[in-house]
Amino acid sequence: MSDLARSQNQETFVLNLGPQHPATHGVLRVKLTMDGEYILRAEPVLGYIHRMHEKMGENRTWAQFMPNTGRLDYLGALSYNHGYALVVERAMGITVPERAEYLRVITVELNRIASHLLWFGAFVLDLGGFTPLLYAFDDREKILDLLESVTGSRLTFCYFRFGGLYNDVDDDFITGSRAFIKRLRSRMPDYHNLVTNNIIMIKRLKDVGLISAEMCRKYGATGPVLRGSGVDFDIRKNEPYSVYSEFDFDIPVYHECDSMARYMVRMDEIEQSLRIIEQALDKLPEGPVMAEKVPKIIKAPKGDYYAAVEAARGTFGIRVVSDGTNTPYRLKLRSPTYSNLSLYEEASQGMLLADALALMGSLDLVIPEIDR
Amino acid sequence: MILHPETKKALAPFVLPGLIAGPVLIVGLYLFLTSIPGGLARVIIFCGALIIFAALNAAYLVWLERKVCAHIQCRIGPKEVGPFGLIQPLVDGIKLMSKQLLLPKGIDPFLFKVAPLLVLVPAVMSFVTIPFGEHLAARNINIGLLMIFAFASVNVLGLLLGGWGSANKYAVISAARAVSQNVAYEIPMLIIVITMIMVTGTMNLNEIVMQQSGWFGNWYIFRFTASPLMPVAFLIFFVCSLAETNRAPFDLGEAESELIAGFHTEYSGMGFGVFFMGEYANIVIGCSLATILFLGGWQSPVGIASGWWWFLLKLYTLIFCVMWVRWTYPRTTLWGLLNLSWKILIPITLFNLLLTGAMLKIWPH
Repeated sequence: MSDLARSQNQETFVLNLGPQHPATHGVLRVKLTMDGEYILRAEPVLGYIHRMHEKMGENRTWAQFMPNTGRLDYLGALSYNHGYALVVERAMGITVPERAEYLRVITVELNRIASHLLWFGAFVLDLGGFTPLLYAFDDREKILDLLESVTGSRLTFCYFRFGGLYNDVDDDFITGSRAFIKRLRSRMPDYHNLVTNNIIMIKRLKDVGLISAEMCRKYGATGPVLRGSGVDFDIRKNEPYSVYSEFDFDIPVYHECDSMARYMVRMDEIEQSLRIIEQALDKLPEGPVMAEKVPKIIKAPKGDYYAAVEAARGTFGIRVVSDGTNTPYRLKLRSPTYSNLSLYEEASQGMLLADALALMGSLDLVIPEIDR
Repeated sequence: MILHPETKKALAPFVLPGLIAGPVLIVGLYLFLTSIPGGLARVIIFCGALIIFAALNAAYLVWLERKVCAHIQCRIGPKEVGPFGLIQPLVDGIKLMSKQLLLPKGIDPFLFKVAPLLVLVPAVMSFVTIPFGEHLAARNINIGLLMIFAFASVNVLGLLLGGWGSANKYAVISAARAVSQNVAYEIPMLIIVITMIMVTGTMNLNEIVMQQSGWFGNWYIFRFTASPLMPVAFLIFFVCSLAETNRAPFDLGEAESELIAGFHTEYSGMGFGVFFMGEYANIVIGCSLATILFLGGWQSPVGIASGWWWFLLKLYTLIFCVMWVRWTYPRTTLWGLLNLSWKILIPITLFNLLLTGAMLKIWPH
């Protein structure tokens, strides 16, 4: 705020960025107090796409809320399905068959790659490069086709059920996934040549948009933002859920704290997700994909339950309080981008407009998930 | 080529006449234009021809840009309207012309209306001195190079007034960016032009082209006896013309992810269309100058069959490079841009100027 105080005598102006602006990727509005091209204060204004998901959760039966979880973060919807399925399974004490667990991991990781690819394209678009977006979309399209063949939808998935999955995969999905792994591995060097090693990209991202680990702790930032600040934290490793503990994969961590670090974390995560999918496909056991003794009408026993999963953008936590009826008593969603956006005001202070928008892009915001 | 059967049927009678009439028309126009004597008729005919040239360039460079970027991005690009989408620019033009010209509240109406013209008119004026062929120039004046740069600097004024007049914060930021960018890049560009004038000893564009006759080793880009840094000078000239015309990676003025559309955010219909035409006309001028100064203008690279076709070939190759750069690189920041100019380009060009002066002393032409 010292910058702001110093500028009281200068001429400053307020720039209203959004809710309709090409760089905000949705209906986010940021009120910028500017001194020339320098940002003195950036105040995110939320609520333009608030749909009361938490309240809806209290009024719907347990099963009816499942489609809602696909509409929070529409780019990585399966992780959110997974979080909700986990918490209800914990409450009900349902054991998920092993095949279903493996398929959950495969589909969630495919979805994570799709989300990161879209982010990659949109981020470069924020920096003014249009071409990589279409290359990324080309690869993402393949994932969406794969997921469509098993889940029936391409974006707002509702594939998981309490105790398993909605349906089993076929051989086409397995061979298609293997082919996709091969394809994306051969494409990654192209992405790095075209974008990562580009001198303009490096100049714009290196040492720009610093977010310290301390700032991440203060605002509760998670996911690639946290790992780009040098903190080795990933729910998949730290509190393994599902069958993640059976796979051999690394958590990419970069200590530079700049936009480039967050970019590299996501690019490396794509490769690690490919490793996980490859191992899961190799180990995929036979068997049912749905637990047998799941009651038709879910009534979770009285209590307070919490589950957290590592979504594409960070830790997605879901807490439900049950009073033993057929609807949750209270349902609280902890969405990662909400916390990641909270640090924007502090992190963007004193930055140039162009760099601040690069910083915003590197946070990977999905607005419906912030507003819920 | 995928065409609707109905379209194919409608176009069929025009194919053969078109194939014959097209080249005949072009050759006829060339013969006609080169044979016009001086006087009022020449002025009127060349004015018309240049305006049509500028307009067609604007329209079809948009088409070319869309095709080039589509192929770079593994797409097809426009293909529905006419064969290969060739009628698309005309339809777009009609659309732009039939749209309402909105005047937002709070603007300065005079500046708002005059700004697009200040971008387009100087650009079209600059075409007057460009020698497309040996005898194919509207006016072959002795200070052609100076005149082009005089007009080119008016362009900035158009951007500034457009941004200021629209009373939009994004537009004002963009105008301020465009001015600092143009000022920073005019300096290295002009230093190179001064170097070229020292080497050529003339500002007459046609004479500069004449001096590069013969095989392509005579082009100024390879004239190492004048300065060993000639290819570097060409590269800097090309980079500067990218920056001068607000093209990626220097398109800070209209950085769509930051400033929406920059100085032309508030323009609708033909207001925007005229800005667009001006931008493309400026690209043509920049690439024409690079062709004339460094690549031998209308001279053939092998010394035979020189003519306007070589000029157009070189010109459109350069324009293709401009598009290629745009669809490959992300955008720089304002500081990155200014640093590049003041810390790298200007010192190199100044050194080149001194070096050329010394070389001229040692080996006078």
